[in-house]
Amino acid sequence: MSIQNANTITPTPASPSQAISDKGLLRGAIGLAIISLVGFGLLYSLAGVGLGQALFPSAANGSLIERNGKVVGSSLVAQPFADARYFQPRPSAAGHDPMAVAGSNQARTNPDLRKRIDEALMGAAQRNGVDPSAIAGDLVTQSGGGIDPHISPQAAALQADRVARARGLGRAGVEALIARHTQNKQLGLLGQPRVNVLELNLALDAATSAEVNAPANGG
Amino acid sequence: MTEFLLVFALAIGLGWPLGRYLAAVMRGEPMRGDGLFLRLERPLYALLGTDPQRGMSWRGYAGAFLLSNGVLGVIVWLILMTQAWLPLNPNGAPNMSWDLALHTMVSFLTNTNQQHYAGQAQLSYLAHMMGIVSLQIITPMMGLALVVATLRALFGGRNAQARKADGQDQTPVDVGNYWADVIRPTLRLMLPLCLLWSVLLTSQGVPATLDGGPVLAPVDATVQMKEQKIPLGPVSPMVSIKQLGTNGGGWYGANSAVPLENPTPLSNLLETLALILIPVAVVFMIAGLTGRRRFAALVLGTMLVMSVASAGLAIWSEGFSSTSQDIALMEGKEVRFGAAPSALWAALTTQTSNGSVNAMHDSLAPLTGLVTISDMLINAIWGGIGCGLQQFIVYLLLGVFLAGLMTGRTPELFGRKIEAPEVKLLAVLVLLQPLILLGLTAITLSVPSLTGNSNPGFHAISQVFYEYASAFANNGSGFEGLGDATVWWNLTCSFVLAAGRYPALIIPLAIAAMLARKRQAPESTGSLQIETPTFALTLIAVIVILTLLQFMPVLVLGPVADHLSLIAR
Repeated sequence: MSIQNANTITPTPASPSQAISDKGLLRGAIGLAIISLVGFGLLYSLAGVGLGQALFPSAANGSLIERNGKVVGSSLVAQPFADARYFQPRPSAAGHDPMAVAGSNQARTNPDLRKRIDEALMGAAQRNGVDPSAIAGDLVTQSGGGIDPHISPQAAALQADRVARARGLGRAGVEALIARHTQNKQLGLLGQPRVNVLELNLALDAATSAEVNAPANGG
Repeated sequence: MTEFLLVFALAIGLGWPLGRYLAAVMRGEPMRGDGLFLRLERPLYALLGTDPQRGMSWRGYAGAFLLSNGVLGVIVWLILMTQAWLPLNPNGAPNMSWDLALHTMVSFLTNTNQQHYAGQAQLSYLAHMMGIVSLQIITPMMGLALVVATLRALFGGRNAQARKADGQDQTPVDVGNYWADVIRPTLRLMLPLCLLWSVLLTSQGVPATLDGGPVLAPVDATVQMKEQKIPLGPVSPMVSIKQLGTNGGGWYGANSAVPLENPTPLSNLLETLALILIPVAVVFMIAGLTGRRRFAALVLGTMLVMSVASAGLAIWSEGFSSTSQDIALMEGKEVRFGAAPSALWAALTTQTSNGSVNAMHDSLAPLTGLVTISDMLINAIWGGIGCGLQQFIVYLLLGVFLAGLMTGRTPELFGRKIEAPEVKLLAVLVLLQPLILLGLTAITLSVPSLTGNSNPGFHAISQVFYEYASAFANNGSGFEGLGDATVWWNLTCSFVLAAGRYPALIIPLAIAAMLARKRQAPESTGSLQIETPTFALTLIAVIVILTLLQFMPVLVLGPVADHLSLIAR
């Protein structure tokens, strides 16, 4: 392996002293700025938008969920739920406002974090009539982005009884809905099993209105 | 574990062919695809006023780099400060203050993407596409150009043969054409790959639209929130380049933890792979560019060992150690990913100077935080595109120098002696890091009104040190609880960002050009053999001792003490 290999980097110019020049830097710099801003930044972004819109229009527009022709949410954005007839999402440091997405950024050793988790544990246990030790961790911790649309299947299961009672539905029916809305590991390999809270609650409303023939969006 | 194995297997498997392709692109010889790309490139070279075959000296090359940064920086700074008056602002983002705009501009110009703002509310679509995305595309390619020029110079420059015939000193060392070195890889590698990633990410749910997002009423009318605005935009193209270009600055404030930016476990795999794909390809590129496969193998082996060790430690800490039993484990994490993929991301994003996050690093276990800070202090485990390898060359020169002293041989790299002038320049680089990081951390911690901590105790030290370490490494992630959108943080970080980028890219190029002018002794059995496992181990030791030992006190006071107080609870 000889060092002469380095010379194959490009063909050696016939007259190297003329081939090297450091002139024209300012023109190059201004030219490169124009190329970057318009050619790369703007045109590339527009190409990405065009391809996305053409191939995956629903996903490209925010995975919005419509009911009766009205946008009621996005399956990628958690909504707050307070009513006992609904499954609750994870707590949010951003108040579930997508314009303010954020985590709590509290350290594991921060006493405020411990106090908040303890209170959330007690609250969730009382609300769902279960022992605090049965509460799943994701239900009492704030997510990274503050709009995590999912909870773990355990966090859904421990709310099932309360939701069923509040709605006057059978527990088995609610559990079947949870099962239907549980997404397993993607491709059987990736991530964690999860339940989309907004989709589950919309399905609950649909099931209730079908059964009781009452308006879905009451309260 | 699945994600860990998949990401490394895919990165090596795809990085190899991509690296060979990249080498061909940077050699500038006729290749497949010329028919299309030459047609695109010719008008660009005409606009730039350059002949792509023409060479430059290292001074001209570095000058072109600095000047093109200056012009771009001023324009983007102006765009950020006037975005409210410019078109494509459907969400009504206001103009940025001068200091926030300055920090944002410097941060993206240095391929760092540290963000003291929240993109979905504080940037217009135009500012995102023209200001942010442009810099995200062009700055990693500038880093690549600089390291390619340095590699050329290390082997005598493109005109090595002619200069030898000339009697060495007459002609300057030809390190390449800066403009061609930036344009070619952008058009032939970066943009096609980004478009592919953009479509793949949109298929998983990342938005790609120019419309403003809808405002809707929550389904449960009993809650306090009366309306919810869903922020959309041309998100997918930006997320692709932020992941692939070791950028890291996301569309949304909470980056890839936000489901709109990273909707599924598959999108998470794609984004995690994108963190290291091109940095790995750049290492494979060495073989094709220099013709020395064993040298490429040395770099690859050294980086891979450190990368696997650091990622493994992070995954163990977050997913399998005693702290993983904590009820607070999911604080700052997303249910669809879980602990181990979040830790894998945290390790890779700090190794590669990317800085995007899929979980809040502030809330990670303290030992995972230790891994991320150490990765950023080393900043050469893959590293940012170009600058990671450039930093590795610094360690390589130091390693050769130290090994030469230890074995009593003249320290030489590829047959050229490393002597006092080169070592002095290396010393400047080595000293710059602790001086700036420890100095500013000390000042900031001693004036509580400047600090802006969100956490008490030892973690507060980690927060401040992390911010400066991240800025200097051009990483851009943060312990984001820090109240950092102040004039103090904006200005000091702007300074640290620039100090971490420009000397680290230019000084190695200068050293390589100095080496290239020296008489080349033939490599013999008497020379120090660097392309061996023994030297790789020496190099790892030099890297670990040099970077971690000098920061040991602050690491003990920060993350280590934080960990001890956590397990003592």
